[in-house]
Amino acid sequence: MADYKLIGKEYSTADLVAKVTGRAKYAEDFRAEGMLFTKLLLSPMPHGRVRSVDTTAALAMPGVEAILTADDLPAVDAPEERMLTNEPLYEGEPILAIAAATEEQAANAIEQVQIDLEPLPFMLDPLDSLRPGGSNARLEGNSMDGRDLVDIKWDNVDWTQVDNGTLPTDGEITDEWEVGDVEAGLADADLVLDETVFHQSASHQPLETRTAMAYWQNGKCYLHVSTQSTARTHAPAARWLGVEPDDVVLIAEYCGGGFGSKISGAISSGIPGLLSRKAGKPVMMRITRQEENFIGRARPGIVSRIRIGFRSDGRLTALDLFSVQDNGPYGRTGDFMAMADQSSLMYTPPNMRFRGVAVFTNTPPRAAQRAPGGVQAVAMIAPMLHKAANQLGVDHLELMKINAPAGQQVFGRPRQGQQGNVSSAFVREAVDKAIIQFDWAAMKAKSGQRNGSKVTGVGVALSSYAAGVSGMDGLLTIRPDGRVYIQQGVGNLGTGSVFDTARAAMEALQTDWEQAEVVWGDTSKHLPWSSVQAGSMTTHAHSRANWAAGLDAKRKLQEIAARDLGGSPDSYDVADGRVFRRGNRGQGLTFARAAQRAIALGGKYDGHTLPEDINAMTTVAGTALAGLGLMGIAKDNFETGGRNMSYAIGFAEVEVDTETGGVRLVDYKVSSDAGTILNPRTFAGQLHGGGVQGFGVALSQKWVFDRRWGLHVSKRFYSNRPPTILDVPHERKMEWVAAGEPDPFSPLGARGIGEPSQGAGTGAVLCAIADAMGGEYFNRTPVMSDMILTRLEGLPEPIAKLMAHA
Amino acid sequence: MAVIRDNMPAFELFQPTSTAEALGVLDRYGADAWVLAGGLDTWDWLKDRMRRPAAVVDLGAIGSLSEIRAANGGVEIGAMATLSAVVVDATVRESFGLLTESAALVASPQIRNQGTLGGNLGQDTRCWYYRDGWNCYRAGGNICYADTPTAMNREHCVLGASRCVAVNPSDTAPALVALDAELVVENQRGSRTVAAADFFVGPEVDIERMTVLAPGDLLTMIRVPATWAGASFYFEKSRDRQVWDFALASVARAATVSGGVVDDIRVVVNGVAPTPVRLTAVEAAVRGQSVSEELAERAGQVAIEGVKPLAHNGYKVPLLRNLVKRSIRSIEA
Repeated sequence: MADYKLIGKEYSTADLVAKVTGRAKYAEDFRAEGMLFTKLLLSPMPHGRVRSVDTTAALAMPGVEAILTADDLPAVDAPEERMLTNEPLYEGEPILAIAAATEEQAANAIEQVQIDLEPLPFMLDPLDSLRPGGSNARLEGNSMDGRDLVDIKWDNVDWTQVDNGTLPTDGEITDEWEVGDVEAGLADADLVLDETVFHQSASHQPLETRTAMAYWQNGKCYLHVSTQSTARTHAPAARWLGVEPDDVVLIAEYCGGGFGSKISGAISSGIPGLLSRKAGKPVMMRITRQEENFIGRARPGIVSRIRIGFRSDGRLTALDLFSVQDNGPYGRTGDFMAMADQSSLMYTPPNMRFRGVAVFTNTPPRAAQRAPGGVQAVAMIAPMLHKAANQLGVDHLELMKINAPAGQQVFGRPRQGQQGNVSSAFVREAVDKAIIQFDWAAMKAKSGQRNGSKVTGVGVALSSYAAGVSGMDGLLTIRPDGRVYIQQGVGNLGTGSVFDTARAAMEALQTDWEQAEVVWGDTSKHLPWSSVQAGSMTTHAHSRANWAAGLDAKRKLQEIAARDLGGSPDSYDVADGRVFRRGNRGQGLTFARAAQRAIALGGKYDGHTLPEDINAMTTVAGTALAGLGLMGIAKDNFETGGRNMSYAIGFAEVEVDTETGGVRLVDYKVSSDAGTILNPRTFAGQLHGGGVQGFGVALSQKWVFDRRWGLHVSKRFYSNRPPTILDVPHERKMEWVAAGEPDPFSPLGARGIGEPSQGAGTGAVLCAIADAMGGEYFNRTPVMSDMILTRLEGLPEPIAKLMAHA
Repeated sequence: MAVIRDNMPAFELFQPTSTAEALGVLDRYGADAWVLAGGLDTWDWLKDRMRRPAAVVDLGAIGSLSEIRAANGGVEIGAMATLSAVVVDATVRESFGLLTESAALVASPQIRNQGTLGGNLGQDTRCWYYRDGWNCYRAGGNICYADTPTAMNREHCVLGASRCVAVNPSDTAPALVALDAELVVENQRGSRTVAAADFFVGPEVDIERMTVLAPGDLLTMIRVPATWAGASFYFEKSRDRQVWDFALASVARAATVSGGVVDDIRVVVNGVAPTPVRLTAVEAAVRGQSVSEELAERAGQVAIEGVKPLAHNGYKVPLLRNLVKRSIRSIEA
């Protein structure tokens, strides 16, 4: 790795002390003069239509000031979601909101609403909706073909197959692609595995619920929200309120977790804004944990029929994916398609086919969750690779390596007949490092070891996912106080990247981090155009954008020095808060002095003239900051080498108790390839944090619905069972290692790592359980103790193999 | 009336500083009073507006109720002693490690710091239908939603069902039954002592209550007699997560052994029935025998005689068998 001043060094992010001392203010911590509280009336049924609402008694309750219903909102085209509805499509969907002086008064008023709902047919399980005569979650249909709502029934299909746990592949689908010839590839294989696998839906469960507070002042709405992104939540917030972005000030300095459920904020956050306009007072909407369970989003479940052909050395000859996605009631999430793309990347089958359909259900809305589609791919396919390695007598890591992407790997759905490629992949290097550092031979030797009733299992899984976009803008000003103000439009999701990527600018200026001020979290603070704080895009996108802004500032410093002190700009260098003549450090200007000179010079130097290729949002921000100092402002125009993908390889050791079915995760290690590491501490946080979230997918987290009534019975935090810190291995340190190869197509070579880490955890744990079970694969997540014990005892399976939410 | 959950309505709060004062309030309000200990069970009910007591009696200010003291070779534990206090108490640990172990496995460290031993014994069932406000038998209705052909009942009972199939969720209850503990229950008219085994009420007796506590009653003390002091103990709780999870099944075992032969034994299981269940048939099969793998196997088989799993909890049968087997296997000869 190059010799950097700041990049790759650990430091404490600017928000750390505020967070650990409780000084950090989240949306719920704000108060405004005369603030009201609002509570929501939620649908008690999975699908219904409001026949009548009588709010007379509710509005006469003490303290009540305003009500908001779906009738106050503009209509939208199906299957788009609104913040309130007269036709709830899932239990817990908000129908109306009442604002009162206190939260208790608002809740009491909700109880007094007389509401008459007509129950409508509902559907919890995507496969049941495809059955002939199966009901649809939406009145308009049960799926989307392109932009059209359609009603798909598999009339010609042998449904006894489904009942027996096999997904037929002759039903109607909406999406498909193929490269090579899958059937030929399968015919050429020495081993073909053909399995049907079920992956559950899993809610995001961020610790901070999607609370929001709003007030209006001089025609502008000040909106405090919980969101992952800042710049990219601004326009959606304006849409929720029906105003122009100029009339919204979005404040979101901290976010207590999003995992994809708050990428551009939460649509529900518009409710207090609209109520506040009606009431003429600030309105706070605190979302409770139970409400978060309903409106807080979830990863879509997927059922897939997967056929894989292997050569005797473990190399894939073909991969055939047929997927049915549990889409929830709104929009269309792309998980099932991303699952195919990521499978293509992780296992590089020369022949591959994808076919799939997303089916609406009356369950909470879905959204991207950390590696959407990627986690499902790993969870469903990694155990099949484990099985193949066993059957072929090939080492699990050798099988991983022989199929691993390398260089500018070509993969995924072809567009105009061409597959795209990644910017780089050093997966084999990452595996080789892990083999040594984690002592794979010793780890593998533990497989099958018995200690009383406990059997040890070892599993590995490769997980890939998107890790960066490009073309964003960087913006900074060096001001007469000598400090460097770096404007960040990405949000402070908690990953640290809002700070880590700002260091790229200081690296370009070769100046101490202590001289930097990061400005973030408030759209009135003149933020540049940014990527969403999601999809692990930020590290790549904004290390580049801030590097570009830093280089722009450096050039301007050199030009000013040359102008004032003589010589050419290139004879000057920048470091340690100064621009100085190369070879004669004494001759130069401090940043403070250079900032004064930039203001005096005006034009491009202080932002009065701006580059033409930057985004309009950055132009607005740059214009507002013009004249404050020397401005570094630039679009990321650096070269790109393809789609940016990062990779994580999980190594899990579990102990399965054959008498109780209990699983204890004993050890977890992870290797990675994400290019240059900006900050080892936050990098490790993402690698391991994602892994832990993956443990929950593998071991404990799921929804349970009563099928007769269509209602959620596991909506408590404890009954949903996300992983906890005590489910994390604690006897041995969770180690990590990185390939350490910079991405060759980025100036700093850094990519994100937040996404692939989750699948690595899920896949490795699932493989480890199968390993401990001597090759018993469940083909269903999560694998819980009842399933293990049922299998070990040879009892009848209590849940139909492909049944959702059970 | 529309339903709203997870938001606490106002209530009258009493914070008595003596037991006598508390009993006075409880007597005055009768069935309209609610006893608040650590609040872990209480707040769910109150926030979800399914229980609307006129008066909440917070026992937190009655210092004497959280004392733990050695007494005649046994130990007396105030009902308001926190689970954490029970876990760290030296007397309990030295003589009645069974209680220590069971208390240490309750929920999470935070919840143990707040939750009390009395509250852990008196808590209501966690049946997810009942807790979500479904109008079932236990809630005064006329159906059990957890025992229909489509019901989700993975965590429900395999023993002792009587219309209701909910289970008792307490971790400390089976330990205290095994230790022959006595519970002191006071009310305005006086004080009575109830054997731990008799404290819990099944649906065949009263489908709307989990314990003998009636309006006006207050559980004030848990008295563990010297009987099992220093005996051989075993506690195990099977659960889905390593923290903050109720037992799928648990077993508490106390035994005295001489010359390799089991003199006396208590085996109590929970999470499998509406009350903790003392397995007297298992005890009879083991008493007077020398410990062996065969004996443990036999004990496990005896434990599951007569069990009736529901649609989704068949795994609880081998789980119960194996937990009991392990509890016998673990007896130190």
